[in-house]
Amino acid sequence: MATTDSAADAVLPEDGAAGTDGIRFDGVVKRFGDNVVLRELDFSVAAGERVTLIGPSGSGKTTILRLLMTLEKVDDGVIWVDGRSLSHMRRGDRLVPADEKYLRRVRSDIGMVFQQFNLFPNMSVLRNVTEAPVHVLGLSKDEAVERARELLELVGLSDKADAHPGALSGGQQQRVAIARALAMRPKILLQDEVTSALDPELVAGVLDVLRDIANETDITMLCVTHEMGFARDVSNRVLMFDQGQIVEEGTPEKIFSEPENQRTQDFLHAVLDQH
Amino acid sequence: MIWDWHFAGSILPDLLRGLVVTVEATLLGYAVALGLGLVWAILRRSPSRIVGQVVRWVVEFIRSTPLLVQLFFLFFALPATGLTLSALVTGVLGLGLHYSAYTSEVYRAGIADVPVGQWEAATALNLPRRRVWAGVVLPQAVRKVIPTLANYLIAMFKDSPLLLAITVPEMLHSAYAVGAKSLRFLEPMTIVGVLFVIVSVLSSFLLRRLEFRYGNN
Ligand SMILES: Nc1ncnc2c1ncn2[C@@H]1O[C@H](COP(=O)(O)OP(=O)(O)O)[C@@H](O)[C@H]1O
Ligand SMILES: [Mg+2]
Repeated sequence: MATTDSAADAVLPEDGAAGTDGIRFDGVVKRFGDNVVLRELDFSVAAGERVTLIGPSGSGKTTILRLLMTLEKVDDGVIWVDGRSLSHMRRGDRLVPADEKYLRRVRSDIGMVFQQFNLFPNMSVLRNVTEAPVHVLGLSKDEAVERARELLELVGLSDKADAHPGALSGGQQQRVAIARALAMRPKILLQDEVTSALDPELVAGVLDVLRDIANETDITMLCVTHEMGFARDVSNRVLMFDQGQIVEEGTPEKIFSEPENQRTQDFLHAVLDQH
Repeated sequence: MIWDWHFAGSILPDLLRGLVVTVEATLLGYAVALGLGLVWAILRRSPSRIVGQVVRWVVEFIRSTPLLVQLFFLFFALPATGLTLSALVTGVLGLGLHYSAYTSEVYRAGIADVPVGQWEAATALNLPRRRVWAGVVLPQAVRKVIPTLANYLIAMFKDSPLLLAITVPEMLHSAYAVGAKSLRFLEPMTIVGVLFVIVSVLSSFLLRRLEFRYGNN
């Protein structure tokens, strides 16, 4: 705790100084036991930017998204989202560990789509999408239903509103999960291998939906994916991770066509072989 | 001692009245056990570690003391604190409290069975804690453990004669009273046994239908 506090002090911004929009990782350290997954990771993502995270399994990509979603806590360093720390809040002129109320505020700008969909199986598709707008944003039931129906149309599932998730294919479930996340109007959408659990023939439908969203909104996107075609289409920038560090970054053209780093080359070969 | 049908018939109404009290006490006690057990199970997951630990020890304590001792304690100790409850209410609370320790473990298993991804999705959507419990976790957790919870209803029913000890006029109490008055115990006790069997068999049958409906999915 003490080290976390001092690290936070070191980068304590004047109000507004670090208040640049977007995401910034500032010397972020994350350990699981003795396993140091991220060591002093620094990177930023501008508001509205689409960034793809690639890299071998175990390189820390999921951990990065989970830290952003506040499903994990940093051990050291600070993650800034629109100038607010995800781990510390201001009390007077001191930074203290974030409490639940503060976390709920910073979380409200961030949405996440999971590899395993994680739809609520006890609710209809429609209720999956209206649940949080009603109980978090305070929308009336009618407003939430209207919003949900628009989103279900966007993801091509208008006819499934009353179905239960168990009756849907994986691809359909994932599209509902996307609608559910978007219903909260997040500024940032995190996507963790959202097509990895899908049968191959269902992947394209989900990626098409995400392409549409990328084209029609200015949501900041962080995608972990092995779908290089998709990454090329939507992302402004690709970050190649290995062992919790960025070993190479650049435009998708550069990373996919002329990667410089040996590990990037090896990784891309391995992924292409699988496909 | 020869079985006397006439005598048996004459005491049946008394015993059936006792059975009604037994069923009443069991059902009410069961309601207490279901509610209180749920409270324990949720508190064990409290963000406050102290609350979680205290509840854990309370539940452990309740489970490792005999029901009879708990009933006596409530019956004799509560009035000393100025709270006087009828024997029946004391019995219901005692049964409910005792069995809440067991139902809480059942709920706990059901809650542990809800995939962690459900909690994470709820967090990602920023759902308030109450909503996570009421809307997401409990509906999934409880559904799975309904058959197990129902088993405890039968167990409680079989434990209900202990209420005799604190003068609740349940079935065994009635049988004993009848026996003491007429000095014939064969008929009342046999009828009590038979009535217990009938109710138990009936509820087991219902339970199996419940298992069929909710079991394993
Ligand atoms: N909850 C956890 N407990 C322990 N170790 C974990 C946990 N989550 C991730 N790790 C470890 O962190 C490392 C990075 O994992 P992860 O972020 O999932 O990588 P990636 O998504 O790039 O495959 C791995 O070594 C993994 O074993
Ligand atoms: Mg991963």
